[in-house]
Amino acid sequence: MNITEKIIAAHAGRDRVAPGELVSVKIDVALANDITAPGAILEFAKIGVERVFDKDKVVIVPDHFTPNKDIASAEQAKMVRTFARAQDLTNYFEIGQMGIEHALLPELGLVLPGDLVIGADSHTCTYGGLGAFSTGMGSTDLAAAFATGETWLKVPPSLKFNIEGTLGPWVTGKDIILYIIGRIGVDGALYKAMEFTGGAIGALSMDSRFSICNMAIEAGGKNGIIAADATTRAYVAERSDRPYTVFESDDDAAYERVFEFRAEDIELQVAFPHLPSNARGLSDVGEVVVDQVVIGSCTNGRIEDLRIAAKILKGQTVHRGLRLIIIPATQKIYKQAMNEGLFDIFIDAGAAISTPTCGPCLGGHMGVLAAGERALATTNRNFVGRMGHKESEVYLAGPAVAAATAIAGKISAPDGAEN
Amino acid sequence: MKITGKAHKFGRDIDTDIIIPAQYLTTFDPDELALHCMEPLDGEFKANVTPGDIIVADENFGCGSSREHAPVAIKGAGIGAIIAKSFARIFYRNAINTGLPIFESAEAVDAINACDELSVDTGTGVITNVTTGRTWRTAAFPEFLAGVIEAGGLIEYTRRRVAAPRK
Repeated sequence: MNITEKIIAAHAGRDRVAPGELVSVKIDVALANDITAPGAILEFAKIGVERVFDKDKVVIVPDHFTPNKDIASAEQAKMVRTFARAQDLTNYFEIGQMGIEHALLPELGLVLPGDLVIGADSHTCTYGGLGAFSTGMGSTDLAAAFATGETWLKVPPSLKFNIEGTLGPWVTGKDIILYIIGRIGVDGALYKAMEFTGGAIGALSMDSRFSICNMAIEAGGKNGIIAADATTRAYVAERSDRPYTVFESDDDAAYERVFEFRAEDIELQVAFPHLPSNARGLSDVGEVVVDQVVIGSCTNGRIEDLRIAAKILKGQTVHRGLRLIIIPATQKIYKQAMNEGLFDIFIDAGAAISTPTCGPCLGGHMGVLAAGERALATTNRNFVGRMGHKESEVYLAGPAVAAATAIAGKISAPDGAEN
Repeated sequence: MKITGKAHKFGRDIDTDIIIPAQYLTTFDPDELALHCMEPLDGEFKANVTPGDIIVADENFGCGSSREHAPVAIKGAGIGAIIAKSFARIFYRNAINTGLPIFESAEAVDAINACDELSVDTGTGVITNVTTGRTWRTAAFPEFLAGVIEAGGLIEYTRRRVAAPRK
C-alpha cells in the first residue's frame, strides 16, 4: 500500500484498504473555523448527543472574518465561542491567541505524522505536509464527526509526483505546486491523493511542504501528502510529546499515475486570472501592472515566506500607489518576524502589517479589491471575484515574486532569479 | 422521487466563489443565500428559477471551497437537482449531505440545451429530456450514500445511528 492507503487502513481498523472502497475511519482532529463552525453547530444540535466525541480533538479556530469584520461576522463568532465554552473545548483559540488555522495547528503540534484529520475548510489538506492524511469537508460532515468521532471516506487512488534535482534561486514550494497544477489542471487530481516524493521534496523546509499540500485541493485532490522524514521529526519534536506513527509507501505500492519532474525546470510561477491552473513561468508573464500585493494566507504566511519577502524588500520601497499588505499567519510568526527585524524592513518599505487573519484571501476584509483593480497574492485561489469586485483580478505567486512585484509595481522577478 | 423543471446550463469549473461569494458567508439562511446564488455570473439567477428547475453543467462543478453554503444557496434558489459531467469532491459530499440530488452524466449534459424541460428520478437515476424525449441512466450511488440520501441527509442518518443501540 502507499502512505495514504496505510493511514486510512490504520484508522479504519483494517489491515488493508484499496482505492474505491468506502470505509468508516476514526478521526484524530476535527477542525472548523468561524464561517464553517456555525453550520456544524446547528446541525450537531439535531443529532441528539449533548457533548462532542472528544473535547481535545474538536479544534475551532476563528480566522476567516476575524477580528470581527462586521456585525454579522461578530454574531457568528459569538455563536462559535459560546459553543466552544459550553463544550469546554481544549483547542478553541480566541483573538490574540489564534492564527490562520492551517498555520496554527502544525505550529502547536496538534497534528502529527500518521494522523487522520478532517476540517470544514478546503485547505485542511495542508497537514499532509506532516505525513498525515488530511482532507476538507463541509459543515454537516463535521457536525456528524463532532458527534461520533468518525467519518466515511472513499479510499482515493494515488498520484505520485516525484521531483529530483535542485530548485533555482527563490523557488519554493508554492512555485512547485503552481507548476504542477498548471500541468494537470484544476481537476487533474480530482478525487485522488497527491503524493509528493523525491530529492527536491526532501530538501524542502516544513513551510514549503505545507504550501505544496495546501494547494492539493486546487487540483481537485482529496489530499496532498509528503512522508515524514528527519526534517518532519525535528519539527514535531519541538512541538509535541504525543506518540505518533510514521507511515511510508511500500516499494511496490500502486499509483494510478507517476509524474517525474526536474526541479531545474521549475521557474518562478504566476497563476493568471481566473484559475489556479492558469500558471506560467515568470519569463512568459509580460507586463502586468498591479494595484495591490498580499503576502500571507495559509499557503504562504509563515516565517520562511516573510524572510524571503524581507530579503527582497530590504532597503527598497513599495512602488508609488501600490498597496502591500503583509499578514503573518500566527502570533508566534508575527512576533518572530518582529524580533528578527522584518517589520522594520516592511514598514520602512511602506507595507501595511496585519494581525493574523485570512482576510483578503477570500475577499473578506483587510484588503478587498474594487472594480478594475489587480492584485498579486501569495494566496491560493483566483476565481472571479475572489478578492473583491467581480471585475477585479487576482494573480497567484510565491513570496519572492510578490515582494519583487510590490517594488516594481508590476509582476517582476527578484534580482538574481534565473530570468 | 421525481424532479421536473427546465435546464439552466453552465460551463466547466463553476467554482464556489461564483456559486456564493465569500462576502455572503455571514449566514446559513437558505433564503438569504439564494438571493446571491451565481451572482458574479448572473445577478438575476434566482429570479429566473422556477422551483424544480435543474442546473446542467460541464466538468468539475462546485470546485474551490468547502463552503456548504454553496449547495444550500442553490437549493434555496429553488433548484431541484444538478446534472454535471463531474463534481468537485467536497461539493459532491455537501450536496448529498444537504439533500440536493446530483447526477453525473457527460452524455446527458452534451445533449441538453438551455430551457429544455427535464425530469430526473432519484430512485432509478434516470434522466429524461422531456423536450427531446431522450433518456440516460446514471450510475447508482454506493449503498452507504443511498442510505444517506434515503434518510434525507447525513444528520438524519447519523441521528438514527446514534439513537439505535449497536448490535
